[in-house]
Amino acid sequence: MNWFTKTFSSTVGRKIVMSVTGLFLCSFLVVHLIGNLQLFRNDGGAAFNLYSDFMAHNGVIRFMELILVAGFLFHIYDAIVLTSRNKKARPVDYVNNHPEQNSTWSSRNMGLLGTVILVFLIIHLWNFFVPARFGGLEGVVIEDVEYDNLYLRVVQSFQIWWYVAIYVIAMVALAYHLIHGFQSAFQTLGLDHKKYTPFIQKFGVAFSIIVCLGFAIIPLYFFFLV
Amino acid sequence: MAGSNPNAKPMDITLKVWRQKDRNAIGQMVTYPLKGISPDMSFLEMLDVLNEDLLLKGEDPVAFDHDCREGICGMCSLFINGRPHGPERGTTTCQLHMRHFKDGDTITIEPWRAAAFPVHKDLVVDRSAFDRIQQAGGYVSVNTGGVPDANAIPIPKSIADKAFDAATCIGCGACVAACKNASAMLFVSAKVSQLAMLPQGKTERKTRVENMVAQMDIEGFGACTNTGACAAECPVGISLENINMLRSEFVYAKATSENV
Repeated sequence: MNWFTKTFSSTVGRKIVMSVTGLFLCSFLVVHLIGNLQLFRNDGGAAFNLYSDFMAHNGVIRFMELILVAGFLFHIYDAIVLTSRNKKARPVDYVNNHPEQNSTWSSRNMGLLGTVILVFLIIHLWNFFVPARFGGLEGVVIEDVEYDNLYLRVVQSFQIWWYVAIYVIAMVALAYHLIHGFQSAFQTLGLDHKKYTPFIQKFGVAFSIIVCLGFAIIPLYFFFLV
Repeated sequence: MAGSNPNAKPMDITLKVWRQKDRNAIGQMVTYPLKGISPDMSFLEMLDVLNEDLLLKGEDPVAFDHDCREGICGMCSLFINGRPHGPERGTTTCQLHMRHFKDGDTITIEPWRAAAFPVHKDLVVDRSAFDRIQQAGGYVSVNTGGVPDANAIPIPKSIADKAFDAATCIGCGACVAACKNASAMLFVSAKVSQLAMLPQGKTERKTRVENMVAQMDIEGFGACTNTGACAAECPVGISLENINMLRSEFVYAKATSENV
């Protein structure tokens, strides 16, 4: 192995990959949430459909989409490698163990929370991304041009109570994942100083709650108000 | 005796202790009732009482590690009631006293659990993985010669304090025992940062962190998830800051060392 593969196959190196990809995925959440705000416009979905058409056809976005997929894959792959290593590091468990007295629940359950988010992601992509990208949506005419009506799919999906429930539960899981993950990512990069670490920790909690609340409001808005 | 409480009543307690004949044997928890334990006894003295009982009965005494019994050598271990070194913060097992338990309590005692710390016998685990990590780079090479003047190399007080704090690690392995991943990051980071901060340690700075992390991985310890359990349970209060320093040392070394 050369120095590069050695670095990124060590436990410390793999965590750096987890950290960088995790923060990158956080930046994606921000972009995704801002885009989704188009759903709240009272225009029958015109702005949202134009936005989703832009996202589906713009070259830069399509390129970033590949980076995003890579980000997810590296994050998930290293999580699996590290989790299996961590399980092997303690083959015999304690009979009596009280981890709740020395660490937070979310910090100990990042894998479980991540799995919930992954299942959600697959459902979410299957329902919205796949038809938007590969066809299967009804058409809608906006200013004499026909577009895919992704807005209609959003409205229809969020009339189903259990579908709304899946989204809300997934966003709670994501919030807990980020509450630990956001500040942990900075620690993993070795960025730790009494000048800015307290800010990062507070910002991370606020970021996690605001972003996840923002996403969770969308299905609730369509279920109760539209 | 200074500090003893004449009103303290002897306690009856029930121990559930991990018994394992040797490395390859299958172990199990065995229950031992103990009567008349003084609250002024240390936890290890309580185990001494148990072992005297067992010897008198002709049974095999419980094997456990101990040496100085002053909280400085790092030999004692024991996972007591679900916590390394027991329920008190900043305390080694030898400095834990029975007054922290109540009459009628059931106390579970288990060895450190980690693949890298195989059980020798009962509560004794093999911690030589830590020695091998130290041998991989936890030292400074000092060439012989005249004794340098003590104040020839200026070191800022804040750095000296941090290095000293890291150097208080006694290598007991409670961090590994507490970590859900059985990660040795707190131990390794204390040893790395202690030397990385001081001028004498700068010479071998890059190879040290590279070799010690590599050895840590070879030994089969888990990765760090930043749960903070290690620092919360560390009997000498080694800070998580050391782990973050290890990471920046690691990145710096990997990016700039001669080791291709």
